[in-house]
Amino acid sequence: MNNSFFKNFLQETGEISAFTARFFREGFRARFEFAELFNQCFNIGNKTLGLVGVTGFIMGLVITIQSHPSMQAFGAESWLPAVVSVSLVREIVPVITALICAGKIGSSIGAELGSMKVTEQIDAMEVSGTNPFKYLVVTRVFATMLMLPLLVIIADAVGLWGAYIGVNMKMEVSFDLYTNQIFQKLTFGDVMPSIIKSFFFGFAIGIIGCYKGYYTRNGTQGVGRAANSAVVASTFVVFILDLIAAQIADIIDIT
Amino acid sequence: MSDETTYQNHAAITVSHLYKSFGDNTVLKDFSLSLTKGENLVVLGKSGSGKSVLIKCIIGLMRPESGSISVLGDEITTMGQSELDEMRVKVGFLFQSNALYDSMTVRENLEFPLRRHWSKTSREEVDRLVMEVLEHVGLADTVDMMPEELSGGMRKRIALARTLILKPKIILYDEPTTGLDPITGKGISQLMLNVQSKYETSSIIISHDMNCVKMTANRIVMLIEGRCYATGTYAELKASTDKKIKEFFD
Repeated sequence: MNNSFFKNFLQETGEISAFTARFFREGFRARFEFAELFNQCFNIGNKTLGLVGVTGFIMGLVITIQSHPSMQAFGAESWLPAVVSVSLVREIVPVITALICAGKIGSSIGAELGSMKVTEQIDAMEVSGTNPFKYLVVTRVFATMLMLPLLVIIADAVGLWGAYIGVNMKMEVSFDLYTNQIFQKLTFGDVMPSIIKSFFFGFAIGIIGCYKGYYTRNGTQGVGRAANSAVVASTFVVFILDLIAAQIADIIDIT
Repeated sequence: MSDETTYQNHAAITVSHLYKSFGDNTVLKDFSLSLTKGENLVVLGKSGSGKSVLIKCIIGLMRPESGSISVLGDEITTMGQSELDEMRVKVGFLFQSNALYDSMTVRENLEFPLRRHWSKTSREEVDRLVMEVLEHVGLADTVDMMPEELSGGMRKRIALARTLILKPKIILYDEPTTGLDPITGKGISQLMLNVQSKYETSSIIISHDMNCVKMTANRIVMLIEGRCYATGTYAELKASTDKKIKEFFD
């Protein structure tokens, strides 16, 4: 059984590598499907903006409220905005946003392409002389890559606003003082790694969702399995990428 | 040589010595056929005999292990992706499941191939072409409906309209009447005959619905055990005393 699991794992890794290589081969070659790319960007933003915004706000608020007693115990209450903002921007918001997108976008892409596959819609696209890989896969992967960083920036802003409300629930801090403290502590080295890693999170979510959907087998049961495994695999890969990003940031001393 | 000259000088489709297998299961063994211009050729065989595999090889969705497939004088088996895409504009394919894009309206389904291949066509011309094919299949009033709102027979007609919109020279039908009641099936068979005469298409029809076969076939090829077992008109094959052929007509 272990042997078969290992064999399946290696086979799937090989297949997804070939799928990714095909994405790079076809993604940068004309004809470019700009209309479909904009459509997918809109879909992704439209589907997740509300959830990402609400989650970012709650994260900012809760972390501030929960950090307050510890900071107070060390007499470092005034550091609260700076500490919360760094943890939000560097780690919590990118990872939570990626996990939300893995759940909403990854499953949606897996189910949509899976359903198109089992009802022969992908074959229909191919026989009508349209390259379905370019039209369906390349556009969705680029859309997740472009939209994830944008969603992270928006969630950062909403999260910091939530943190401001949280700070004011415990003490009185003016908005000017709050922003001043945040921007004194937050550096380019905090923001950029977060944006760059969210770009890779987006790529992983897009490519895994598309791969699972594009190679769906076994009818409607396969569609459910594709959606589910897209979420599981992309969630796992998000954590792995986060670990790699933390190690790289540590090695090149972006701290 | 222009496409039109090629079309006039060659058989529409020639399949020679085709082999295709899945693992140990060889479904096509030295299979050959020829489709002439303007002909409706029915490929008749049991379920799982490799009929759908044959037309998927012809349209380039599957690659055969060996053999050659010539469509309008061009060899398919050695074509690259862009050549295949060009060829597919001239060959329509009607799927058994219809394969309508379920997130698009009927109009968007029909416009999809037009916008991709005739991108310089004006809005008015696109609208005119969409309404023309819809009127031809008798469903002009469904233009703004979603596929899920249509019955099985209506979906089949819309799928045929989408196939016709680029005015293909050849149409490949994959079990066009499967899953339809006899009356609707008869209507689809009649529509296929109308398409043949109006659009002057040549067609390969995959079917085991004998009513459809009788109505539409100019000639029949029997696909049995992966080979072209027999060929002839409906009347000729019906009169055959061969046990394997008689099974289909009794």
